[in-house]
Amino acid sequence: MNQRDIEVILARNLAEHLAMPIFIVNPFGDLLFYNEPAEMILGYRFDETGPMPASRWATIFQPVDSDGRPLAPSELPLMIATSERHPAHSSFSIKGFDERLRQIEVTAFPLIGQSDRFVGAMAIFWEVHR
Amino acid sequence: MIVKLWGTRGSLASPGPDTVRYGGNTSCVSVEGSNGTVLVLDAGTGVRVLGQSISPDIERIHILFTHLHMDHVQGLPFFEPLRLAGVEVHIWGPANASTSLENRLVRYLSPPLFPVRVHDLLSKLYFHELSNDRTEIGEFEVKAQMVIHPNPTLGFRIQENGATIAYLPDHEPALGAKGFPESAEWTSGYDLSEGVDLLIHDCQYTTQEYTERIGFGHSSIMDSFRFAAEVNAKELVPFHHDPGHSDDLIDDMILQTLTEFQPKFTVTPGMEGAVFTI
Repeated sequence: MNQRDIEVILARNLAEHLAMPIFIVNPFGDLLFYNEPAEMILGYRFDETGPMPASRWATIFQPVDSDGRPLAPSELPLMIATSERHPAHSSFSIKGFDERLRQIEVTAFPLIGQSDRFVGAMAIFWEVHR
Repeated sequence: MIVKLWGTRGSLASPGPDTVRYGGNTSCVSVEGSNGTVLVLDAGTGVRVLGQSISPDIERIHILFTHLHMDHVQGLPFFEPLRLAGVEVHIWGPANASTSLENRLVRYLSPPLFPVRVHDLLSKLYFHELSNDRTEIGEFEVKAQMVIHPNPTLGFRIQENGATIAYLPDHEPALGAKGFPESAEWTSGYDLSEGVDLLIHDCQYTTQEYTERIGFGHSSIMDSFRFAAEVNAKELVPFHHDPGHSDDLIDDMILQTLTEFQPKFTVTPGMEGAVFTI
């Protein structure tokens, strides 16, 4: 069994204690974990979905911009944080399992350990009520 | 390989009549391979006596630091081979993004904290930084990995001829975990410790003490048993005893945990001077 890097383990443990929705992905953008507050927005329990490849999670929530245009996975902040290894922020809408369109703000940042080890990325997002 | 414990205490040396059996020196363990290579794991105050036991004819020695907290480096300037001209001393330790390993050690080995400077030592020093790395040192294969403890901290897995030990003297794998132990992939130190013959692991606190010191970077003795079971260690050496714990209290902690946990692995309390042949 390959153990996760401790930076990722600590990030997950932190996420499990936070009341903000958190997403954690590996260096390839594959989803490793999201916490209970994220479940509330996404409409899926992590225990039900489990880890997901980037190609799946980046489309399953049907992200669209303010004009209703579907966003490519490469436009999502978490994918930018993993592919370009810098923080990214964006505002867009998603649909959870309940098919309700939610506007969210997302801030993502890479997780870089000692010796410049890139171990993944983390995103904080929240629903915008206007 | 032959493993010897030279210092088993955590945080602060604690000599005195109440700590005679488990010992009062801070973390230091030697590992000697079949070809004579000697690894020194941490240089707490126990390393002074270890240094006296090493032949002055030795040509090369390796010191592996898990991290640079004072209880793991304090004995370094009293390690005799450092004062021997021509001896190669290879110092391995955790990488840090802001300061090199050498510069971090120099902070301690310089005035006003210490009168002798690193560069005044007669031995030849070589510094090697580790993060999540595998390396060969003599006949040993050494795997280093970052583990949960404040400031960059490594654990080590050391292997020779199929025999393996893991050394995680300062480790709090239960930190923040909703249920501990969780799955292997979400457990700090798992890869280092999986299936080892000998696991030398932090056991600093009683369960009650741990509830008051969460985040200090150490484990309760019960969590060290849980961790050993999770990784399927064959033998656990509870280590890094709290400086405030007397021999009698450590006896009680181990006996009580053995009774409650009923481990399938062997438990050998970490006592200064204990030797393990693996």
